[in-house]
Amino acid sequence: MSKELIRLSDCTMAFDDEIVLDNLNLYIKDEEFLTLLGPSGCGKTTTLRIIGGFLVPTKGDVFFDGVRINDVPPHKRKVNTVFQKYALVPHLNVYDNVAFGLRLVKPKIDKKEIDQRVREMLEVVSLKGFEHRAVSSLSGGQQQRVAIARALVNRPKVLLLDEPLGALDLRLRKDMQQELKRIQQQMGITFIYVTHDQEEALAMSDTVVVMNEGIIQQIGSPEDIYNEPKNAFVADFIGESNIVDGIMRADGVVEIFGKKFECLDSGFEKDEPVDVVIRPEDVDIVDTRAGQLIGLVTSVTFKGMNYDIIVDFKGFKWLIQTSDFCPAGSKIGIHIVPDGFHVMKKSKYSGLYGDYSSYSDEYEELSDADEAEEGSEDEK
Amino acid sequence: MKNRLRLLAYPYILWMALFVVAPIVIVVIYAFGSAGGGFTFDNFSRMGTYLPVFIRSFKLAFEATVFCILLGYPLAYILSKESSRSQGILVLLVLLPMWMNFLLRTYAWMSLLENTGLINKLLTLIGLSPVKMINTPGAIILGMVYNYLPFMVLPIYSVISKLDYSLIEAAQDLGASSAGVFRRVIFPLSLPGVLSGITMVFVPSVSTFVISQLLGGGKYMLLGDLIELEFLGSAYNPYLGSAVALVMMIVVIIMLLIMNRFGEGEEQAVMI
Repeated sequence: MSKELIRLSDCTMAFDDEIVLDNLNLYIKDEEFLTLLGPSGCGKTTTLRIIGGFLVPTKGDVFFDGVRINDVPPHKRKVNTVFQKYALVPHLNVYDNVAFGLRLVKPKIDKKEIDQRVREMLEVVSLKGFEHRAVSSLSGGQQQRVAIARALVNRPKVLLLDEPLGALDLRLRKDMQQELKRIQQQMGITFIYVTHDQEEALAMSDTVVVMNEGIIQQIGSPEDIYNEPKNAFVADFIGESNIVDGIMRADGVVEIFGKKFECLDSGFEKDEPVDVVIRPEDVDIVDTRAGQLIGLVTSVTFKGMNYDIIVDFKGFKWLIQTSDFCPAGSKIGIHIVPDGFHVMKKSKYSGLYGDYSSYSDEYEELSDADEAEEGSEDEK
Repeated sequence: MKNRLRLLAYPYILWMALFVVAPIVIVVIYAFGSAGGGFTFDNFSRMGTYLPVFIRSFKLAFEATVFCILLGYPLAYILSKESSRSQGILVLLVLLPMWMNFLLRTYAWMSLLENTGLINKLLTLIGLSPVKMINTPGAIILGMVYNYLPFMVLPIYSVISKLDYSLIEAAQDLGASSAGVFRRVIFPLSLPGVLSGITMVFVPSVSTFVISQLLGGGKYMLLGDLIELEFLGSAYNPYLGSAVALVMMIVVIIMLLIMNRFGEGEEQAVMI
């Protein structure tokens, strides 16, 4: 688990004059489940294609097990890919699709072994009995399983997955997430997974790499990324965040809205301007008299497990998740424990995210649909 | 609304009835008729005499088709690999000869291939002895290939250029070299294009009469020539001509049916 397997060193990728990856440095450990996460156009697919051998970086080196592999073509790499649109060979049946790679191995593998390995792999992806079905007769989820079996049957050291669940419906996607995690652990190999879906990334990964504009924003475990986002972009992209301007008065003391709060962060200059993240679930609603801050509820949405309420604090709107019903128009007090604050250095993303002034459910759904569509379009 | 739109189809139905169905019926009636009137199989029993013409026609058309595949497939493949801008220009170049009059194109080949034609003049000029080219089966095949090659190139090109590129990447990813990718993915998936190319080259080749007359000098009678002779020539016998045309049509249809059955799987493949 600890050995380094792949290293991207100062990789820059430019198409014509457009820089898609900017001086990327990343190493991937053996047997880990690593996710490249970011909005479309962030360079995550490009990174994956560089590892797969379909793109050669304009600048920088790619190492596999310590050996530079910039010029090694895809068919000679110990890496296999599961493509976004499955890319199954349409004139071959399920069995022949899975056997495709094995039949190309030199020296030739004998028929018996091919047969055994294909059947074994179809069992791993729960497609036993589908051997002679035409791939066109399978559902999206089944086709994806064939694509995974086909990629794994060659026993690669690394499996690359390019938004493999993007075309599946929500329910199936959840099931497949579990499946993929199980397969990864069963096979004991490295998975590099590309997605724009943060929930998917948090649920499956050992390591998450958040990317934006061709630059890695943060690398860390799902917990790190969620609890200790490095900047406003990461805080906003992973989960919901209220991000407000603050000033670090001393170690453990942060000032927002002109009031000092106790926090757990330290290591900032005295009076350094900072971004402060408060997750919607970390805010306790209390009586106005006991509140650290007092705000006006402007809208309430029932979400099943909780209410999403938008609260106006001196013109700045927060999203708060609570199980207590607070009618719109009521005044509430809030209390935040020191652990509820997360202080970040100012970055170029400061002020761009974390305000819920324009928040509405419809808006959220619309933008989600857009994103899904862009995602399937794929960044080149 | 739907019914009123259907009215628009009537002129076409009328047209097809008059100019497609009726002529075929007339040909069939003629094929079983004679100058004396009455129903007869005579025209078919006399067909044996023309067996060599049938064989020659199908043989030359077959050879021309094979050449068209050999020339056209690589061309179509290379075309599809070019950048989209040069693809446009190259496709135009493939199409360009088709916009020139068919007779003119064939006449041009006559003057190139003649015993004292351009090619032989050049050969003599560099000290080689002239070669007999015109009025040979080779010249006829050349004429067929030249005239019908675009019909082979275009369908193959359109199938290959529409192939999902991720399929090719997937094959590479699974360990296929360039040759492997071609053999296992590109070629099998391009077969429907080849099949429709074969149809579009073979059918006009087997029934041509202009090419064989101009480039074969009338020495190699093809089915087209035979039919022309029976209808317009000295041997005037439209009954026999119709019978020949009918037999040719049936043979071609049977061949195409067999071929399409053979290619069924691939056609489905392309629709995915």
